[in-house]
Order: sequence, then structure tokens, then C-alpha cells
Amino acid sequence: MGIIFSILSFLATIVVKSIMNRIVSKRQLAAEVFMIEVEAPLIARERQAGQFIILQVDESFGERIPLTIADADSERGTITLVFQTVGRTTHLLAEKSVGDSVPAVLGPLGQPTKIEHFGDVVCVGGGIGVAPLYPIVQALKGAGNRVTVIMGARSKELLILEEEMRAIADEVIVVTDDGSHGRKALVTEPLKELCEQEPRPNLAVVIGPPIMMKFCAETTRPFDVSTVVSLNTIMIDGTGMCGGCRVTVGGETKFTCIDGPEFDGHAVDFDNLMQRLRAYKPREDADHEKCHQELETGRGGSE
Amino acid sequence: MSGKSTKELHEVACEVLEGLKERLGTGAALNARERMAIPMQEMPTQDKVLRRSNMNEVSLGFSAEQAQVEALRCLQCKNAPCVQGCPVKIDIPAFLHAAGEGRFDDSVEIIRNSSLLPAVCGRVCPQESQCQEVCTLGKALKSVDLAVGIGRVERFVADLQRESGKQMPPTVKAATGKKVAVIGSGPAAITAAADIRREGHDVTIFEAFHKPGGVLVYGIPEFRLPKAIVQQEIDILEAMGVKIETNFVVGRTRKLQDLLDKDGFNAVFIGSGAGLPKFMEIEGENLVGVFSANEYLTRSNLMRAFDTAHAHTPIYKSRRVAVFGGGNVAMDAARTAVRLGAEEVYLVYRRTEKEMPARLEEVHHAREEGVVFHLLQSARRIIGDENGRVRAVECIRYELGEPDTTGRRSPVEVEGSAFELEVDTVIVAIGNDSNPLISKTTEGLKVDSRGRIVVDERCQTSIQGVYAGGDIVLGAATVILAMGEGRRAAAAINAQLATEG
Repeated sequence: MGIIFSILSFLATIVVKSIMNRIVSKRQLAAEVFMIEVEAPLIARERQAGQFIILQVDESFGERIPLTIADADSERGTITLVFQTVGRTTHLLAEKSVGDSVPAVLGPLGQPTKIEHFGDVVCVGGGIGVAPLYPIVQALKGAGNRVTVIMGARSKELLILEEEMRAIADEVIVVTDDGSHGRKALVTEPLKELCEQEPRPNLAVVIGPPIMMKFCAETTRPFDVSTVVSLNTIMIDGTGMCGGCRVTVGGETKFTCIDGPEFDGHAVDFDNLMQRLRAYKPREDADHEKCHQELETGRGGSE
Repeated sequence: MSGKSTKELHEVACEVLEGLKERLGTGAALNARERMAIPMQEMPTQDKVLRRSNMNEVSLGFSAEQAQVEALRCLQCKNAPCVQGCPVKIDIPAFLHAAGEGRFDDSVEIIRNSSLLPAVCGRVCPQESQCQEVCTLGKALKSVDLAVGIGRVERFVADLQRESGKQMPPTVKAATGKKVAVIGSGPAAITAAADIRREGHDVTIFEAFHKPGGVLVYGIPEFRLPKAIVQQEIDILEAMGVKIETNFVVGRTRKLQDLLDKDGFNAVFIGSGAGLPKFMEIEGENLVGVFSANEYLTRSNLMRAFDTAHAHTPIYKSRRVAVFGGGNVAMDAARTAVRLGAEEVYLVYRRTEKEMPARLEEVHHAREEGVVFHLLQSARRIIGDENGRVRAVECIRYELGEPDTTGRRSPVEVEGSAFELEVDTVIVAIGNDSNPLISKTTEGLKVDSRGRIVVDERCQTSIQGVYAGGDIVLGAATVILAMGEGRRAAAAINAQLATEG
């Protein structure tokens, strides 16, 4: 009796799990950047701009990585995730197709972005940071702000969501490092120009690589423009239990997962953040290399 | 410890039993003098050198003969102080009496009347400060080390039942149509879920991690508590019909109040644990190479980072590690670091070994495995190199002063004693505060100044129908206390649901 019971409940578990977190659409946005929509009705219903999820591609041995929610559709019960293939988990995620499921998705986590009527807001997105910026621009517009978006990438091929941004922002300034699209500049240049104009922006929201966020914060600091940054740190549980996501903000220790992910850019110790992000660099580089080799041999074999 | 092998220890027990055979055959119970003369049975352990490079369990468990001989040492005293020493009041003399007669099945059933997780508690309870501390035999022999090995016999009878496949899910009463949500899946939650389900209520466990078991899977290492044992307890819950939703964080995935108002749950039990690591609040604590014990252990245990061939989760490669703290978690972290290949592991504790809250056995095992104890010392600041990685810890020395409010003598700093301890890794194991995630996302849930959920004598919180127990109420405590709380809360929930009719 007990055995039958446990087999039944085991089967039930499999059925429930297999239809969870199904990928319903997949699009490649740039060379190493993918956008997927995942069925996660509970998260889609609860999430607010600025929040993130933690996912795993394998529940036995997979790592847990945080990804900001780029968009959600509560009616269809889906969330949109944008990721760049930088490590083992993101590579394996990119290998998945529509219909496959993501074994574990936890969220929504973190504090939502503070959305209110600020007036003039400049939103700066670098590289893949444009994706998590999108729902914030949307929400800020919804609250009646005038939003200028500065989006940048190394080159044209790596620029994502430009059309989508143009559809919602009041103004979009595109910059690339090599000048292959838009202005040949770093995002800090137009940001500085906006700060120099009167009236100054009432708020800057910056999401991108830590080094970019650091320099954007340095750009706005002399103009006293409050600057919000969204951090993506190493995490395990995402609920405050491990403290792996510690950041130094204004000399105090904060947990990105429960106190963040957004902080005052003028108070964040970016150097410490960047050092902490490199904690496992040798191992990650080795894994990344191995991953590429495996994927290539895998492809070679099937041809 | 004698250093005898498993086989030798077993043979010693067989000899003792053989010697007692005739005497036991008379049918008359052994008298106190005869019982006191029986030698204490030693726990067979994995070789102390070999185990430094594997994650397998260190204590190997008694043979049946050893368990029987050890159980026969119990004086069966009338006042049974051990029962008072047990947080869940297991009828210890009765289960030892059954084990002494070789009736192991009866023995484990007696334990199960009071404790749901004997295989776990037999391994992780601090017996020497609970049941065994007050044991009359230990008192008579003038050493707590010579008390009856209650935990070891408990472990044996529980393991025997588990390994023989005789452990059946408890009977579940007819469905009542009532629904209860249990938040968390550690010892308090497992116990509450089982007790509530037994009454026929529909129970769903909500766990934030991808695997259930709470601290038993993310915190306590394999070498102290094999994960297969925890999994079996989870399997039994599922066989009873308890539903388990992993990757679900109440407060975020769904608000607690919504579970009651919108999802049809009649009651909620919060057993989410302490789960907010304390740091020392000194300079350099965010340097690369400084970890909370929670993080370090979770990487190794839950994420299986020790298994570098398979696990995707990395763990810091260390040569010299300093662990700060003196509890079980500190021992677990230090011993994990040894197994992960660190050349030197230091355990730095502010007081002396006598004040250490860790189980004696863990302290002993840590020393055997080469962990170097730095007692009466603590960290003043952590020093980094040019890449922001830990290079050393500046420590200071203490001497013991007057006893404080807890009766422990407080350490007093020795002036001019600062010195540098060269390490590349620092693990902070000085305890946990209460995780604020649920209280901050649940309106009207009262917490005290330290963030612990406030409950009444029936374990009910400030919200009607919402109960709490375990570390989220007690502050960081033990598995057995959490279990006891889960059981008390379950009784209150069952009573509430019965009166609601």
C-alpha cells in the first residue's frame, strides 16, 4: 500500500515538474545573447520591475544563477529572460529549445524598483543590461516620467532591444564603442551632456557591467543627480541565507538578494564588487572553455 | 579512544554478551552492580587519516551486539533523569530496555512515539548536554563520557529499521478536507507536516531551495549526516501524501496572507529557520575569500561542490583557512575545508574548549582530522592583498574574566597581543539571526527586537491561524528542539482544525 502510494506520488511529481517552467519562445538577440519566455505563472503574477529570479538547468548538479526579469505577461503566465552565454549554465540554457523546461526557477526575488513621478529620468543600459532596464523604463513611463534612454554596446551586432526601447521611451540615444551604429562613444558621454543641461535629470537608473555602472556613477556624482544601479552578484539561495552576494554600500554590508538588487550608485564600492565577482574566475574560465569544446564536439558528432 | 577497528569493537561486544549469556538466561534483571561493570561501547569510526579526503560518514554505527551491550548498561533507574533531559521526552529507559533484550523493532517504535527522526537525532543531538548529561550511570562513574551512549543506541535501532525496509509511513486518517501550508522543510517543518497529515488534513510544504530538507541538507555535511537518511524521511512524508513544492519562496512567490485568503489554506505553519548569517562586523569582511559558514557549507553540501567532477557550483580553493566560531557549524565548516584539500585549517574561538557549544564528538573528530584550535583568540580585522583577496587575519588574544549572564566566563582582551594569522580563506561561523523575508512581506506578523516571530503558548503568531516554530521562533537552536516545536505547533493546528468542525 505504502509503496503504491509512493509510486503514485512520485509519478505525480514528475508530471507536475515536467510541465513547469516550459520555454514558450526563444529568440537570439545578438551574437551571444538570447531571449526566452518561460511559463512561470506565479512569478509572472507577483513580479514587479527590478526583481529577479534564480534558475538552474539541472537540479542535481547545476549551479544557481540570478537573472533579472526583463518582462512578464501575467495573463499568459510567462516571464521573459535575457541572458548572455558567459558560463556553463547560460550555455546550457541557450541549448534549450521551445518546449523544453527549465528545471528550477525561483522568484520573484529582491526589492522592486521604486517607481514614482520623478520628472526627467535618464535610463542607461550597457550590453545585456538593456534587458533588465526595459521593464523599469516601462514602469517609469507608466508613472508619468519623461524618460531618456542611453543604450550602448561594443558594436552594432551586440546591441539589443533598440526597437522595443524606441517604442516606449521619449528619446533614445544609441552609442557603440566602435561607431558601427549610433554615436561612437561610451554611455558616459551623452550621460554627462544630459547632466550639464538645465534642467538636470531628476534621476538616473543605470544597469550594465559593473565597470560601466561605476563610471556612470562617477559621471553623475558632481552634478548631484541621484543614481540607482542594479547589481548582479554571485548568489546561491537568493533569500538572505548565504550572504555570498554581500556588497559594501556606504561603508555598510548589504545583501544584494534581499536589500537590493538596486542601490545608490554613489555609495556602492564598485571595486570591491568587481573583485568579488572574480572570486571563482580560474574555475569559471576552465568551465567555459570546456563547455565550448563539449558543445563543438557534440555538434561535430551529430553532423 | 582505543583506536580499535570496527571488527575488534564488535568482537569485544560479542565477548561481553557471551559472558552475560548465562546470567541473562536466568530471566532475572541485571542488578545495578552488574550493569555498572559492563564496559562502555566505543563508536567505530572511519580511519582518521583516510577520512580527511572523503565525505563519507565518520561514525560507522554500532553492531547489533554493541547496541545490545550498551543498552544493558542502563541502570533503569526509577526517576529517569534522562527523560527530563530530552527536549521531546523520549521514554529512554524503555527503549534501552527493549534494545537490551534485542527487541530492536520495539525499541525504535518507543522512540517514534516521541520523535519522528531518530536516525537524524541519534547523529546530531548534543546528547552530552541533554539526556546523557544527567544520566545516573555517568554520575555514578563520575564522568559524562561514561554515561549510557543513548544516542548511539538510538541511531542503531533507527538505522536497522531503515535499512531493513521495515519503516512504514504512519497511518493517515480519512481526509478532512482541511488544508495546511507548511513553510520550510527542515526538522520543525518535517515534524509538523507529518503530525498534521496524520490527522487527515491536506498538507503542502513550500521550500525555497530546489531540494527539501532544510538545514539537514544544506547545512549538516554528509560526513555527519548522510543525505540518503534525510531523503528517506522526505520519501515517507510524500508516501503519506504530503505535497512538496520546491522553488517556492513564501512572501515572494506567493504572500503568506494569500495562502489563507485566496488559496484555501485553513492554517499555516512557519518553520523557515534562522537563516540570516551573522558577520563579525570588522574591517575586511567583504574581501574575496571571506564566507559565511552557511555559504561555504551550502556550496559543498546542497550544491555538491566537493564533487568537482560533476558539480557546476565552484568552491573556493584554499590553502590556509581560519574558521571563526566554536559551535557545530564551525566544526562542520573546518572539517569540510580539510576534506576540500586545505593544508592548514585553524579554528579560532574566543573562549576555551570547555565553553564551546559544539558536540564533544565533533570537537574530538575535528582535532583528530588535524584542525588546529586557536583558543582565547578572535579577529580584529581581515587583511587583503592588492587584488582584494584575503591575505591574513589580525587576531588578538584573550584571557577569561568573570562569568557573564549565561554563566560562561567572558573573555577579556590581552593588551598588546595582536598578531597576524596568515590565511587565504576566512569562514565566519558565529551564528544566525532571523531571516526577515517572511516577516517583512507579511503584514501584521509580530516579531521581537531580534526578528524572531513572537508566538503564544500554542505556537500561534499574531495572525489567527498562522503558527510558527523552530529557529525562526527560538533563534538558532538544535534539530531536536526544532522538532519538538514542530510537534507542539502541529498539535495546536490539529486542535484548531478539529474545533472548526
